[in-house]
Amino acid sequence: MTAAPVARRRGRAQRHGGAAVTLIGPFVLFFLAFFVAPIGYALVDSLFTRRSSGLGLGPPERVFVALDNYVQALSTPVFVESLGRLLLFSVILVPMMVGTALGLALLLESGKARFPRVFRVVFFMPYGVPGVIAALLWGFLYIPATSPVLQGLRGVGIDLTPLSSDTVLFAIANIALWGFAGYNMLILVAALQAVPAELYEAASIDGAGEWQTIWRIKLPLLRPSIILVTVFTIIGTLQLFVEPLILRPLTTAINSDFTPNLAAYNQAFSYGNANLAAAMAVIVAVMAFVASFGFLRLVNRKGNRAW
Amino acid sequence: MVTTQAPRPPQAPRDPRATRGPRRPRPPAGTPRTAWLGSTAVMAVLMLAAVYFMLPMVWVLLSATKSPGDLFSTFGLWFSDSPQLGANLSRLMGQDGGAFLRWLGNSLVYSGVGALVAMAMSAACGYALAIYQFRGKELLFATILGGVLMPATVIALPLYFLLNTVGLTGTYWSVLLPSMVSPFGVYLGRIYATSAVPEEVIEAARLDGAGEVRIFLTIASRMMTPALVTIFLFQFVAIWNNYLLPLVMLNDTRTFPVTLGLTLWNSQIQRDPNFYTLVVTGSAVSALFLVGVMVSLQRFWRAGLTAGATKG
Repeated sequence: MTAAPVARRRGRAQRHGGAAVTLIGPFVLFFLAFFVAPIGYALVDSLFTRRSSGLGLGPPERVFVALDNYVQALSTPVFVESLGRLLLFSVILVPMMVGTALGLALLLESGKARFPRVFRVVFFMPYGVPGVIAALLWGFLYIPATSPVLQGLRGVGIDLTPLSSDTVLFAIANIALWGFAGYNMLILVAALQAVPAELYEAASIDGAGEWQTIWRIKLPLLRPSIILVTVFTIIGTLQLFVEPLILRPLTTAINSDFTPNLAAYNQAFSYGNANLAAAMAVIVAVMAFVASFGFLRLVNRKGNRAW
Repeated sequence: MVTTQAPRPPQAPRDPRATRGPRRPRPPAGTPRTAWLGSTAVMAVLMLAAVYFMLPMVWVLLSATKSPGDLFSTFGLWFSDSPQLGANLSRLMGQDGGAFLRWLGNSLVYSGVGALVAMAMSAACGYALAIYQFRGKELLFATILGGVLMPATVIALPLYFLLNTVGLTGTYWSVLLPSMVSPFGVYLGRIYATSAVPEEVIEAARLDGAGEVRIFLTIASRMMTPALVTIFLFQFVAIWNNYLLPLVMLNDTRTFPVTLGLTLWNSQIQRDPNFYTLVVTGSAVSALFLVGVMVSLQRFWRAGLTAGATKG
């Protein structure tokens, strides 16, 4: 890594190559070891398989099989089902999450809310509760024996079974919403507070009403933050693992390969097929990139910049 | 749009109240009745949301005072007739030879040490990316940012097999070392250093004969303190909440973090209903602990959130 004597925006660069390496080195080393290497390992490992030799004697040998593991993963019905389920889960969660975070942020910053700081803390609080604990808590609230909510609803004649196969995705989405809506709301609140007051004054002088101010000023200015929140939520949905794992003993609606991550985990640790697990992990990573960049391309197309 | 090439310094050190008052749009004058109605509706929705966000917390805090029997036979949102928080807590601490406290301590070590090292490394890297020019810099930065987009679950499985080949799995290190990488910290460190560390200060220090590394350690890092705190907090919570990594790496219960320990107890509920109180009380204690840390340091979160918002 050498200090290139060209294009020095801030005019600092010469002769400091050694210092740059010292400061950047440790992070890059760890990044390579614990981020890049595992991905590379998975990519390579997904192209091999372990076959026990002839009579099953001796150690299994590693055989190059090209894309066989991918073909096998994508022709395993439970895995394909879990991919579809994940897609459906995203379709449920992303609008819920963005809508809730945006709604709460706009309400808090509408100038009509009292004690906005208290509300901000209350909404943000669940972010500190680990996903596992959140799933445990909501698990108790999803079974009639311990749930005051379900008992109350039953009292007025409404029978809810959140963990039935029709509603279980919503039940899981609710746990994610509870944990992260406040965090996403804070991102949007921070962006709203960065809007210069003159814009609102100008709008008010021009006779813009509340809705017009939201539609013409706030939403366009919030656009980058809304995109950020959406991308984070999409990536978050692809991580889905803990919640179904914790809720599984409570319901028959969740099978052991409920999400792609669970399927990969089971392949690796229950069935001992690390190569197939690697292929599954790579498929999830590719989905993450396709979804994130696909969304970014979609919103950055010229025609869509209207709002 | 709002996206600026050189974002303002994230605003953590400022008191958030300072930005309020004048910025807040006043409800338009006139039509006082509808304005009043509007603010009542706003408050009603906010109260409803507050109830939703507090419900599980209130439930678990109340349930932590109940016996296993009362957990099922009394109304979930009120105390039972014979509260026994003390008994539950002492059972929690005594079970499996004080395992819970050990798990809590492990979580603190994983999160505290991991976040501290992550903060130091990513802040140094972000600072260097902001200050120095070298070939391939933007490519390096883009690659690191790609790490933010990578689902952590995708890393954990291959990482297990990788660390297994060097015999690290099952040790504290197998969780601690991967937790020390924070790509988001590099991003935050870079944009913060760009705007908060003035060029003149660095030049002056150089004239005084200070070395580059020393300038970072003694001068720049002090100017970056709000960003450092934010990086630390984000990483602390991320490590504390990470479940998959310790799940795949650890097999000795003595090395478990508290999340893994509680699910271990949770898996024994079918066998022995007494574990209900252990799981509930343990959840209450660990949730309360981190929520307390977070809320008390809330203003530092704003630095990171503002940064994320302006860069979009």
